[in-house]
Amino acid sequence: MSVASTSQSILFGKLSLSALPLNEAIVVWTFVVVAIGAVAVLAALTYFRLWGYLWREWFTSVDHKKIGIMYMVLGIIMLLRGFADAVMMRLQQAWAFNGSEGYLNAHHYDQIFTAHGVIMIFFVAMPLVTGLMNYVVPLQIGARDVSFPFLNNFSFWMTTAGAVLVMMSLFIGEFAQTGWLAYPPLSGIDGSPGVGVDYYIWALQIAGVGTTLSGINLICTIIKMRAPGMDMMKMPVFTWTSLCTNVLIVATFPVLTAVLVLLSLDRYVGTNFFTSDLGGNPMMYVNLIWIWGHPEVYILVLPAFGIFSEVTSTFTGKRLFGYTSMVYATVVITILSYLVWLHHFFTMGSGASVNSFFGITTMIISIPTGAKMFNWLFTMYRGRIRFEAPMMWTIAFMLTFVIGGMTGVLLAVPPADFVLHNSLFLVAHFHNVIIGGVLYGLFAGMIYWWPKAFGFRLHPLLGKFSFWFWVIGFWFAFMPLYVLGLMGVTRRLRVFDDPSQQIWFMIAGFGAFLIFLGIVCFLLQIAYSIWKRDELRDETGDPWDGRTLEWATSSPPPAYNFAFTPVVHDNDAWSDMKKRGYQRPLTGYRPIHMPRNTGAGVILAGISLVLGFALIWHIWWLVAVSFVGLIATAIAHTFNYNRDYYIPAEEVTRTEEERTRALAAAGV
Amino acid sequence: MNRFRIVALLPVLALLGGCNFVVLHPAGFVAEQQRDLVIISTLLMLVIIIPVMALTVLFAWRYRAANKKADYQPDWDHSTGLELVIWAAPLLIIICLGAITWMGTHLLDPYRRLEKIAPNTPVAQDVKPLEVQVVALDWKWLFIYPEQGVATVNELAAPVNRPVHFRITASSVMNSFYIPALAGQIYAMPAMQTQLHAVINHPGNYKGFSANYSGHGFSGMHFRFHGMDEAGFETWVNEAKASGARLDRAAYMQLERPSENVPVQKFGQVEKGIFDLIRNLCVEPGRMCMSEMMALDAGGGLGLAGINATLPLPRDYRARARSGDRVIASICTPDEAEQMASRAPPVAPVRSSTAITGFGLPQPGSIFRRSEPTPRGMQTARPTNS
Repeated sequence: MSVASTSQSILFGKLSLSALPLNEAIVVWTFVVVAIGAVAVLAALTYFRLWGYLWREWFTSVDHKKIGIMYMVLGIIMLLRGFADAVMMRLQQAWAFNGSEGYLNAHHYDQIFTAHGVIMIFFVAMPLVTGLMNYVVPLQIGARDVSFPFLNNFSFWMTTAGAVLVMMSLFIGEFAQTGWLAYPPLSGIDGSPGVGVDYYIWALQIAGVGTTLSGINLICTIIKMRAPGMDMMKMPVFTWTSLCTNVLIVATFPVLTAVLVLLSLDRYVGTNFFTSDLGGNPMMYVNLIWIWGHPEVYILVLPAFGIFSEVTSTFTGKRLFGYTSMVYATVVITILSYLVWLHHFFTMGSGASVNSFFGITTMIISIPTGAKMFNWLFTMYRGRIRFEAPMMWTIAFMLTFVIGGMTGVLLAVPPADFVLHNSLFLVAHFHNVIIGGVLYGLFAGMIYWWPKAFGFRLHPLLGKFSFWFWVIGFWFAFMPLYVLGLMGVTRRLRVFDDPSQQIWFMIAGFGAFLIFLGIVCFLLQIAYSIWKRDELRDETGDPWDGRTLEWATSSPPPAYNFAFTPVVHDNDAWSDMKKRGYQRPLTGYRPIHMPRNTGAGVILAGISLVLGFALIWHIWWLVAVSFVGLIATAIAHTFNYNRDYYIPAEEVTRTEEERTRALAAAGV
Repeated sequence: MNRFRIVALLPVLALLGGCNFVVLHPAGFVAEQQRDLVIISTLLMLVIIIPVMALTVLFAWRYRAANKKADYQPDWDHSTGLELVIWAAPLLIIICLGAITWMGTHLLDPYRRLEKIAPNTPVAQDVKPLEVQVVALDWKWLFIYPEQGVATVNELAAPVNRPVHFRITASSVMNSFYIPALAGQIYAMPAMQTQLHAVINHPGNYKGFSANYSGHGFSGMHFRFHGMDEAGFETWVNEAKASGARLDRAAYMQLERPSENVPVQKFGQVEKGIFDLIRNLCVEPGRMCMSEMMALDAGGGLGLAGINATLPLPRDYRARARSGDRVIASICTPDEAEQMASRAPPVAPVRSSTAITGFGLPQPGSIFRRSEPTPRGMQTARPTNS
């Protein structure tokens, strides 16, 4: 691989034909398959003349619902990439025993585990979480859109630009070979002279802009745009957890941005923030990245907790037990999540008092988390539980997450961490909480809100197949890793020498295969449900007997969400309205003020992508051009005064009358 | 049905039986205490985890929609008594666990000198710990025995039941020094020194490795650790001494170059103070030691003059380095530099302590006592914790 070469041309920077990984057969074949797929998709779009439709109705849309769906699509596509990485790792680790080197060389394998972590956190979990929040929160609080609709579109495209950069690294150059947090000195210019870490930095920086702005946007939305009567303690729990998550995003992502800026300065300019040589200190990086990194875990899991709360309450047909303590538990977790980052590196040599402080704060987080668990439990108590797929995911979560929580608290005991840190036990632990907590929650959420977004349910049987493959696959894939961790096996190893361990890696590989079937069933479920959408159609807008406001409107909701802003008297507002015999108003519609679509977000993100690519490859003229272009476009966009329009009252009337007919046909 | 389940479990048990759970069956007193903590904390947490899991299954079954006999109270959403219990139960467990954590962390602080080599065997008054200096290189381990005057690569030995004091550093990137049978791990970082106190109680041949990913050669970065009786250790040292190789600056610079899956090497002689030079990143002659740089900076720095005092980094010195890079030139004479570099970071003072009861730990007030100022010219992974 000659990407490490320092020769640079003015026109192309470090980029040359040798940057194409032509000598890695696996990558070449992947490229061939991806290229054929891409050409097929592009050709189909052109053939069916969908470009204009996509551009007008989706890419430039400022509708929070469409942006939410685009986030979900991005997350699911990237899940396939991240999972492919996981399968390759499982295969390599099950293979490389008894003197075998496996099928991946170190250069390739090290990129794969780095990319797996980065993609799963930043480009799978984050988009899926943000997508659900984007879709659901405005509906739950009875709003017509988010506070800053254009910013929302821009945020999405920035996240996408980051994802595109990561994907490009697969075929042009290389990705980082540092682990997903890129600790220096390994990620410094001496340790990683290639472009891999630069891809990492700029992908995260560009996506980070999107994440931060989307956090600001949703905080404003939740604070300022709630329906009349919905005071803070009447907000649905999912909205509460979203609020806390976005507070965490706004408070921590700047830290990530700053630490990556310092790392880029070290790499590009020759500063020494994190090198050991000239007074710098890599321990500073480790601290800073985890000051972002730990709250990040809660950024992901809090919305999942919110989803479980909504799902449990809906499918038990019961008010959520202990709403107030649920809210306080969420807030306490939000605050405490800032006070625990050091538990990621007890082994760095901090004193015993420092280590125990952070160990104990970590354990304290398990108190509100435990309280939440009991609240879900007692919501089920004296309920009428309908075992639809979202509820099954919730129960699986409750049984899985407690194990992950237990091993987490165990790792918070510093001397226990000394023997388990960086081992496969740790890997099993965080997959236990991220899959068992975040991912199960996302699946519950996607299936739960799918009928709201598209007007028809997902096919239940395929959903159950997907569920069982995932859940059983998870236990097969990660319980062996706990075992291996206790056998003293550390993570990120490419080759093994103790043959007695191989069987466990094979079991884990079998688990990955089951999860693969789970993903296939999930995709089949979507495809089949779209095909059979007429049979699965729901005209009521409220297929689950829902309790919160999003179920008060039609499925899918009209662009304006609610013809009249609802008035809230109780938490579980829609349940309350149904109980009081709410009558849908049928006359008196008025024009509705809405934001207008704009292409500025796509263009700005596109230019940022070029800027990132130019920075990675040291193509300085392109850096200058794209930077100026970025600023100029942003300024030009401020002169666009054509930003809003009114949906005429007649059109609202037409839409609502259609719904009236649909409801009558459905017999509501 | 149940019988079949048990039969199905048998192969799993057989698998578990055939495995070497080194973390659960270590051979050193420190790792044993750490294992005990793992088990105690797990049991403590199971006190609450098992009921929660059981209740989840029970409630899910009892209150299924098909069971019309079950009580259904759609508006029941609050019970002060119950809420008290659900907050108090985890709280109580965490109080217990927190106490164990506080004591266990202080007792098993890797920087503390051992006072015991087994539950009831204090370290004899006249026994001094064996000093071993550890350097994580790309991608192998260098062990220097300053008292014996020998050094080895990828092989470590220690006499059983004698405390060992490791001083650990690294040449270029972060690693983690871990022998699961002996004691928990601690990071090895360039320009810094971490410490570990441990003892091996059973003779044997154990595995050690880096537990922190450090680049392409990471998978091959492991070594054997031999626990030996006193006589065996002496033989081992003499074997090393018999090797003609000498670990001096030149040999180290050769050794430091990245290499993978390195076989065992032994050095019969070791240049005095080489570990201090490695720790201060100044093995190449003429390069300024970190200790010197920090002393200068503490004195206000060299101002503009400092900018010009650089040396070109030898091109072949580090395969990883940018070509044409420069390093800061030393200003001291080589002797002064060596002297300065050899000032070891202070070791935390010893206090008597017994088992995990915490008896003998410092009184809480003393945590807030000001620590003694660290001598200048030292970069330690942490200040003395007294």
